[in-house]
Amino acid sequence: MATFDLNDDGLVVIVGSGAGGGTLGTQLALKGIRTVILEAGARHNMEDFVNDEWASFAQLAWSDMRTTSGSWRVARDFPNLPAWIVKAVGGSTVHWAGASLRFEEHEFRIRDAYGALPGANLLDWPITLAELEPWYAKAEDRMGVTRTNGIPGLPGNNNFKVMEAGAKRVGYSQVHTGRMAINSRERDDRGSCQQIGFCFQGCKSGAKWSTLIAEIPKGEETGNLEVRPNCMAIRIEHDAAGKVTGVVYADEKGTLQRQKARIVAVAGNSIESPRLLLNSASSLFPDGLANSSGQVGRNYMRHMTGSVYGVFERSVHMYRGTTMAGIIRDEAHHDPKRGFVAGYEMETVSLGIPFMAAFLNPGAWGRTFTSAMEQYPRMAGMWLVGEDMPQETNRITLDPAVKDKFGMPVASVHYDDHPNDVAMRNHAYQQGAAIYEAVGATVTYPTTPYPSTHNMGTNRMSAKPRDGVVNRFGQTHDVKNLFVSDGSQFTSGAACNPTLTIVALALRQADHIAGAMQRREI
Amino acid sequence: MREVDPRRQVSRRNFLQSAAVAAPAAALATGAGLSVDEAWADTAAALSPAELKTLVKVARDIYPHDFLADVYYITAVKPWDGKAAADPAVKAMLSEGVGRLDADARSRHKVPYAQVGWEADRVRLLAGIEHTDFFKKIRSDLVVSLYNQPEIWPKFGYEGSSADKGGYIDRGFNDIDWLPKV
Repeated sequence: MATFDLNDDGLVVIVGSGAGGGTLGTQLALKGIRTVILEAGARHNMEDFVNDEWASFAQLAWSDMRTTSGSWRVARDFPNLPAWIVKAVGGSTVHWAGASLRFEEHEFRIRDAYGALPGANLLDWPITLAELEPWYAKAEDRMGVTRTNGIPGLPGNNNFKVMEAGAKRVGYSQVHTGRMAINSRERDDRGSCQQIGFCFQGCKSGAKWSTLIAEIPKGEETGNLEVRPNCMAIRIEHDAAGKVTGVVYADEKGTLQRQKARIVAVAGNSIESPRLLLNSASSLFPDGLANSSGQVGRNYMRHMTGSVYGVFERSVHMYRGTTMAGIIRDEAHHDPKRGFVAGYEMETVSLGIPFMAAFLNPGAWGRTFTSAMEQYPRMAGMWLVGEDMPQETNRITLDPAVKDKFGMPVASVHYDDHPNDVAMRNHAYQQGAAIYEAVGATVTYPTTPYPSTHNMGTNRMSAKPRDGVVNRFGQTHDVKNLFVSDGSQFTSGAACNPTLTIVALALRQADHIAGAMQRREI
Repeated sequence: MREVDPRRQVSRRNFLQSAAVAAPAAALATGAGLSVDEAWADTAAALSPAELKTLVKVARDIYPHDFLADVYYITAVKPWDGKAAADPAVKAMLSEGVGRLDADARSRHKVPYAQVGWEADRVRLLAGIEHTDFFKKIRSDLVVSLYNQPEIWPKFGYEGSSADKGGYIDRGFNDIDWLPKV
């Protein structure tokens, strides 16, 4: 394992160790490029993860202060928890459910496909599906995604079987146990899934891919990667010419350190990444680093989400086995005849009793609520995840009043549903209920979105510098040696889970950075 | 299908230890089930026994589960006494909240809240204070302090930790047997 000097100015310094940063850092190290990853959270071993929802939340969740506004219900129910993401080495790949889907072709060109939608800020990506396909293939192989590379699908659990039977009864055909970065058989020195459940709490068997166990150790073995846990990036510094020179961070003791860098890549998830750029404002970059477009922090997307739980006469025990145990893709296409543009997926989900109490209907009480809770063993559950519309006013800003313990303004998250999001959610609620009713549900519960797990778009890719923050390689338009490497690059959110696309982009970006370094362009 | 046994799955000794933390010298496990000694609230540090007992009634009325004995609501609510002892503002918030509920109960039903006979009547009183800081804090704390007690999970058909038992691969992850053939 490498240890690099703070004054070494030949390094790539990455902020964040999740799907973007952890993959990029590992890939650069494998290419022989010396890299430091600054990770705000602690480093846990998979043996330390706990099958206990609140205890795990305390161990893993990003619970640092944030503020919220907007008409989304999360702002009312969880005003200081806009997102349910991870602060630990591995980032949210520790917590993710493993769904690994490619974008559809049209989802890279939404302005073209959906037209001008009032109130939305649609833009086409500067890349196409065809350009990303080879990188998707590399990512799928690396992550061991089921139903690719000859890897069999996972077996369906009870929760999936209920959803599958209902889906077939209502006429859906694209129903299966998903493309999952969870081993269905031994692969890459990791065992096969033991159907533990608790995928959100960190996989204790190692069957699920995460940068913590499947990437970073390989990078460290090369001697080219150093991961520094408990190191919170405070600001990125630059020279008079406008090139970034390093990152100031608070180390585990809270002491400020300055790590010099040849290149800086920001991968702190779509709330912290724009916050860091905005907090790095200077006289040369008065509106924040890489923000000449004014788009840093804007176009925040969190997917159209929601859940449907169905209650049956007999037991389901939905919590047994993988959390995301299967998918229905029949509504994922773009068909404006349904009353909205874009599409959505239906994926199984389950919560334990502690989280079900907190999230089934936040704030509810009395017998209607407790009656629902008492149906728990007879419940099946699905999560609805669809493309939400980027809007300029949905954005991350610096809170004008609240500061963190280092004196830096915290992130404030504003979100309003677009009418298209609402129409899509209502359609998905109806379809979800119909699926469960088709196999005998006695009652269904349309459940409000949880705090955001898919955070995207706040440093988006654009062909023209005026429309976004980064170019087709995630390189900022304004600063040549500054990159963005997480889901905040996304120009659109697509209907599917974002991790596979983040990993594919990180692998592609690593190639680009290595080439540019070799050519002495940066 | 493998069903979940709703009976208590913790040993009596463990249970007494955990209950004792919340309700010192109070919780008694009797032969037939769990009953709570009337004197459980007498050793409170900051709140009066009547205030604590009213809070327990409020807790049950907020999240009524008739298969849960009082001891679980006591366990959920008792930490408020310690918080009230540590912070006068919390004590004032709780005492004023209970005081207002009692006053509302007396004006409508001539008795304090805990003695109002029907749950529906008490729920109407609670609905009248739903917007208050007192109610919001009690409810948002309770949704964790009640449902996060592992002792109650089997009663809800939830099995809790699974990795230590080898996951569900051989314990019924796909044992559903009643679905209609499609």
